[in-house]
Amino acid sequence: MTSAVKESGRDKLFLIFNYIYVFLAFIIVAYPVIYMISASISDPKLVGSGEMWLWPKGITFEGYQRVFQNSSIWTGYGNTILYTVVGTAINLFVTLPAAYALSRKDFLGRNFFMGMFLVTMFFGGGLVPSYLLVKELGMVNTMWAIVIPSAASIWNIIVSRTFFQSSIPKELQEAAQIDGCTNLRLFMKIILPLSMPIIAVMALFYGVGNWNSYFSALIYLNEAEKYPLQLVLRQILVLQEMSAQGGGSMDASTASALNNKAEIAALVKYAVIIVATAPIIAIYPFLQRYFVQGVMIGSVKG
Amino acid sequence: MQEAKGIVTGSVLPVPDKLKSRVWKRIVQNWELYLFIAPAFFYFLIFSYGPMYGIQIAFKNFIPTKGILGSPWVGFDHFVRFFDSYYFWDLIWNTLSISLYELAIGFPVPIILALAFNELKAGFFKRTAQTVTYAPHFISVVVMAGMIITFLSPSTGIVTHFIEWMGFDAPDFLTDPKWFKTMYVFSGVWQSAGWGTIIYLAALSGVDPGLHEAAIIDGASRFQRVRHINIPTLVPTMTILLILNMGSLLGVGFEKILLLQNSLNMESSDVISTFVYRSGLVDAQYSFSTAIGLFNSVINAIVLIVVNQIVRRTNENSLW
Repeated sequence: MTSAVKESGRDKLFLIFNYIYVFLAFIIVAYPVIYMISASISDPKLVGSGEMWLWPKGITFEGYQRVFQNSSIWTGYGNTILYTVVGTAINLFVTLPAAYALSRKDFLGRNFFMGMFLVTMFFGGGLVPSYLLVKELGMVNTMWAIVIPSAASIWNIIVSRTFFQSSIPKELQEAAQIDGCTNLRLFMKIILPLSMPIIAVMALFYGVGNWNSYFSALIYLNEAEKYPLQLVLRQILVLQEMSAQGGGSMDASTASALNNKAEIAALVKYAVIIVATAPIIAIYPFLQRYFVQGVMIGSVKG
Repeated sequence: MQEAKGIVTGSVLPVPDKLKSRVWKRIVQNWELYLFIAPAFFYFLIFSYGPMYGIQIAFKNFIPTKGILGSPWVGFDHFVRFFDSYYFWDLIWNTLSISLYELAIGFPVPIILALAFNELKAGFFKRTAQTVTYAPHFISVVVMAGMIITFLSPSTGIVTHFIEWMGFDAPDFLTDPKWFKTMYVFSGVWQSAGWGTIIYLAALSGVDPGLHEAAIIDGASRFQRVRHINIPTLVPTMTILLILNMGSLLGVGFEKILLLQNSLNMESSDVISTFVYRSGLVDAQYSFSTAIGLFNSVINAIVLIVVNQIVRRTNENSLW
């Protein structure tokens, strides 16, 4: 908000407070992230005792070494990439054509389909019936249980539909139809190439969702070799810590051995968090405007 | 198009056959669009409406070998058992209090942050602050839970060290039931407040600059302009988001709760959805769990409709 008028005294004060406020928000968000990165390459003793609180101290890369040596993390990584790529491809295949059809005013039945989809936003079968269905379909313990039951989100269909409605001129479709172009050709050759922004947005939204999801893997997969990264992480980050909390009394030597083990475990924890989150955080600043665009398109009441 | 419509409506009554053939023609002409929508149609039919068919096991005693249809009816037995159980009110209280706590803290923070961002001059600081505060949105819930656990760890957590450094006794955040809700709500704000500003910033970018210019000429201070121009601009967006939030009062995001839950903090961390998970998929009480899930969905739908009605009475920003 730039104005030609000079800021008055009270406005300056307001602006100063505003900057302080935003700066505090910035610090609160940034600090834990910096701390994690520093902790992942610091001496675990100094991290555990609180001596390392901002910048790395006693630099060691042992945590990363152990992470990279751990085969279950690699398997998890591979599985996650597979599930994310296949899942996102399915997401796009289901979402984009449907959204395009729904954006066409001459599509008879669009209100019926839209209504049918919208109901699912407010009411669903619940956990157990969904689980029984997936089981009935024979998808338990396969990749399909991860990618198919989340093949589309109604929210993303609405966002894409809004994009098609507002960004593709109707004349284009009319002209193509007068020239005898079929709907399929029209969609593949004209609409999709013009819709790269929304394809990027959808691929990113769905991709991040697939990369980060753990719950469907938790309930549908029962072999460790099929676990995605997030489930491996859950094992390392959550379950181990919880069991460590419950340790009772013990003699001194076991205690120190365990202590040593606990320190290395802590180091691995920080490293694994960075390794698992890095791909998304690394691409995010470059793609930020697409993500923001996606939210903005969605906010147009359609 | 306009003309064609006129002809159609004009000839509806006398010649219904003609309308029929017209409808048919429109369907045939756009037959490929039905192909386009088919994957989504079948997806929702099978994976959203399919489970709705399965809801009937809430009123049955589901026996896997007999299937959904073959299992015997028991009426409202499961519901009665749930309502009479000693944990019923605990679950309701935990679910509602976590939701309302989250709403009370998590709803205003993005609004205030968006208003603050909006007052910054475009430039490096603004860009950086936005990029950094949006980023936690992309952290997975598992990593989030891992971060909470390591930061709050009673022996090595940095938050614990900080509190002790200031000379206080650090509470045992992870296992003390008193702290569970606060830990849950504030970590949620940390993760999503920045991202939540985007939708408000979009609304703020639509403010007519003329309003601000006129206000400046009238001698309005920045604070007054925020108060009387920017905040009213956000009211429609706020209303819609509030309605949507109310609709999920009993649907508190359970993925994170499930990860942070342990036997020690259970009394304040057990919510309806985690209970549904435990009783249904861990203990395999399929019918009982479905009944609780159904109870939950019905309450959610009712709350959404009621809130929407109330909003519709008072202003025009309702969902439908």
